[in-house]
Amino acid sequence: MTLTLGHFLSLGAMLFALSVVGIFLNRKNLIVLLMAIELMLLAVNTNFVAFSHYLGDLHGQIFVFFILTVAAAESAIGLAILVLLFRNKSNINVDELDSLKG
Amino acid sequence: MSQTLSASTLLVVPLAPMVGAIAAGILGTKFAGNVIGRRASHTLAILGVLLAFILSAMTLKSVVADGAGFNETIYTWMVVGGLKMEVGFMVDGLTAMMMCVVTFVSLMVHIYTIGYMEEDEGYNRFFAYISLFTFSMLMLVMSNNMLQLFFGWEAVGLVSYLLIGFWFNKPSAIFANMKAFLVNRVGDFGFILGIGLLAAYTGTLNYSETFAQAASLSSIMLPGTNWLLISVICICLFIGAMGKSAQFPLHVWLPDSMEGPTPISALIHAATMVTAGIFMVARMSPLFELSETALNFVLIIGGITALFMGFLGIIQNDIKRVVAYSTLSQLGYMTVALGASAYSVAVFHLMTHAFFKALLFLAAGSVIMGVHHNQDIRWMGGLRKYMPITWITSLVGSLALIGTPFFSGFYSKDEIIMAVHNSTLPAAGFAYFAVLAGVFVTAFYSFRLYFLVFHGKERFDQNPEAHHGHGHGDHGAAHKPHESPWVVTVPLVMLAIPSVLIGYMTIGPMLFGEFFNGAIFVNPEIHKAMEFLREEFHGPVQLALHGFLSAPFWLALSGVALSYYMYMVNPALPAAIQRTFKPIHTLLENKYYMDWFNENVLAPAARGLGVVLWKGGDQAVIDGAVVNGSWRIVGWVSGVVRKVQTGYLYDYALTMVLGVFVFMTYFVWLK
Repeated sequence: MTLTLGHFLSLGAMLFALSVVGIFLNRKNLIVLLMAIELMLLAVNTNFVAFSHYLGDLHGQIFVFFILTVAAAESAIGLAILVLLFRNKSNINVDELDSLKG
Repeated sequence: MSQTLSASTLLVVPLAPMVGAIAAGILGTKFAGNVIGRRASHTLAILGVLLAFILSAMTLKSVVADGAGFNETIYTWMVVGGLKMEVGFMVDGLTAMMMCVVTFVSLMVHIYTIGYMEEDEGYNRFFAYISLFTFSMLMLVMSNNMLQLFFGWEAVGLVSYLLIGFWFNKPSAIFANMKAFLVNRVGDFGFILGIGLLAAYTGTLNYSETFAQAASLSSIMLPGTNWLLISVICICLFIGAMGKSAQFPLHVWLPDSMEGPTPISALIHAATMVTAGIFMVARMSPLFELSETALNFVLIIGGITALFMGFLGIIQNDIKRVVAYSTLSQLGYMTVALGASAYSVAVFHLMTHAFFKALLFLAAGSVIMGVHHNQDIRWMGGLRKYMPITWITSLVGSLALIGTPFFSGFYSKDEIIMAVHNSTLPAAGFAYFAVLAGVFVTAFYSFRLYFLVFHGKERFDQNPEAHHGHGHGDHGAAHKPHESPWVVTVPLVMLAIPSVLIGYMTIGPMLFGEFFNGAIFVNPEIHKAMEFLREEFHGPVQLALHGFLSAPFWLALSGVALSYYMYMVNPALPAAIQRTFKPIHTLLENKYYMDWFNENVLAPAARGLGVVLWKGGDQAVIDGAVVNGSWRIVGWVSGVVRKVQTGYLYDYALTMVLGVFVFMTYFVWLK
């Protein structure tokens, strides 16, 4: 059995689906939510790499580096916000963060 | 038209009285701090009208002598779409004659007012109003387009309103002016519908341009119906004329308008403004000629007014109201003449009537002054000894009114009766009967008034109400009636002269000459009345001599004889008749229950409709459903939508993902 593009895309889709489910089934910890977002980006990266390999185009892999950089910056900011949030609210329980409600 | 009149001269004619009105109305009242006094006010107002009269007379002369004319637009007010709103003058025989009648009667009334209103506090205001009226009426008759006609129409209505309520402390005067205003609104509504229809189908407001398209209008139907458009237009226009010229059933305001001072009753409610409707129909003759339906309608309304309003004059005891009902009846005669397509005869009667009715009203005013503001003819009598000039002029006016041969009223009234007799329209039979019977009724009430006021026993010291009201300083010895000052009697004499002569002098050129050529249009193939009149006319003298042998003369004579018998020979008879025919008397006393009907049926119905529209339309639909309903719907929708906004991150995320899913489904598979 050889690995085809379909296998990689299936993996990416599964990872993506997992992370989406992780976002809205997670009612506990905000950190899990950030992790799910990271996972989502990784699923996309997997797709990029797979396409890059099978289409023989290196651009896709270059793009992955960019995404990784942005993801790192994003999680840094996300964690910083999380720290501030914890300072103000004394918890990071997703179920209790409803101040977006008008 | 061989010669054109000067536009600036024509402009001065209406503007001179307006300047007088502004001078007396603004400078002479508290408005500008009473800058000018009474003498200056009336001098300015009279000079304005005098100038207008002189220029009108000159215009008439050049129209008659040189065949001059004028039909131009002087100023374009605005252009809306293709519709031009303009100010312009159209001067032909009809207009020139109206200008002279209006300015002459107005001048007489201005002079008369000096005497009549001497003791009144609103002296300057009164002059401002009557000058303003003269301006409005001149704008109306000189107009060359419908818009200016409508402007003049409303302006005379406004001045009429102001003058009926001149004594604004009197509740009855305020009631009367509101009534006049409201009844006129009904007529004006029809009038503006007619103008609107004309403008919609011809695309112009100008008379000549409208008349040029008249023939093409005559075959169009009103959309959605099988009514001829031209009939609808003419009937709408005539409803306007019914309001202004006080035709049944819109006549109810005219008798009440006698609440105003007598000079305006003469000027507005007898001689000029009420004839605006007659003038308008004559001016629109090219349209009315095309619609037999409208002409029949006009004949029936005129016939009803001519006869039945005359009956009401018989039982009135207020001197001015008797004359007011005779005005209604005479306006009915003019309307009948219009219906019989004898437009020139109607206008001819308009002119003669203007003179003798203004005379009768001013004489009535003089009598009222003479007997110290008593208006009840039961408390007059024998005044001819005390007021000789008023007596003679009243006699002249009454003789002219009943159509004594050689007097002006004879020529016009006789021609109307003959014209109706020769009309072939279906309604002419009824109208002929009405005008013929009207002659008898007119003679009866006119001479009832005359005998009760000027002859018989002196009853002016028996009036039970004489001692209260009216703050005259010179009670006691001055209880005897006195002749009025010269400013009052001179207009009477000046009006008595045309009341006698004008018919004899002008019947030839006005009815059978070329005076109205180009102004009044009659279709001789269908409406032959004028042709018959022309064939039977052999000069005014023969007509008058023939008049002695005709039915109207004998009817009038018997009317006079009956009133002589009832009020001079056997004064107990009227009361006995009144007792015997109680129901008829009650019916007449209540003016056919028209006021009752209006107040108890029409007004509540209108108010009911108003309440329905107010509660149902305004409060329920507009306020309830539209205004409050819109915020309720917004509130309800947002109440529902608000529940979506939970504030939880995962809900927003879910929505986003679902959104992406929906879009992807759409773009990838469905598109």
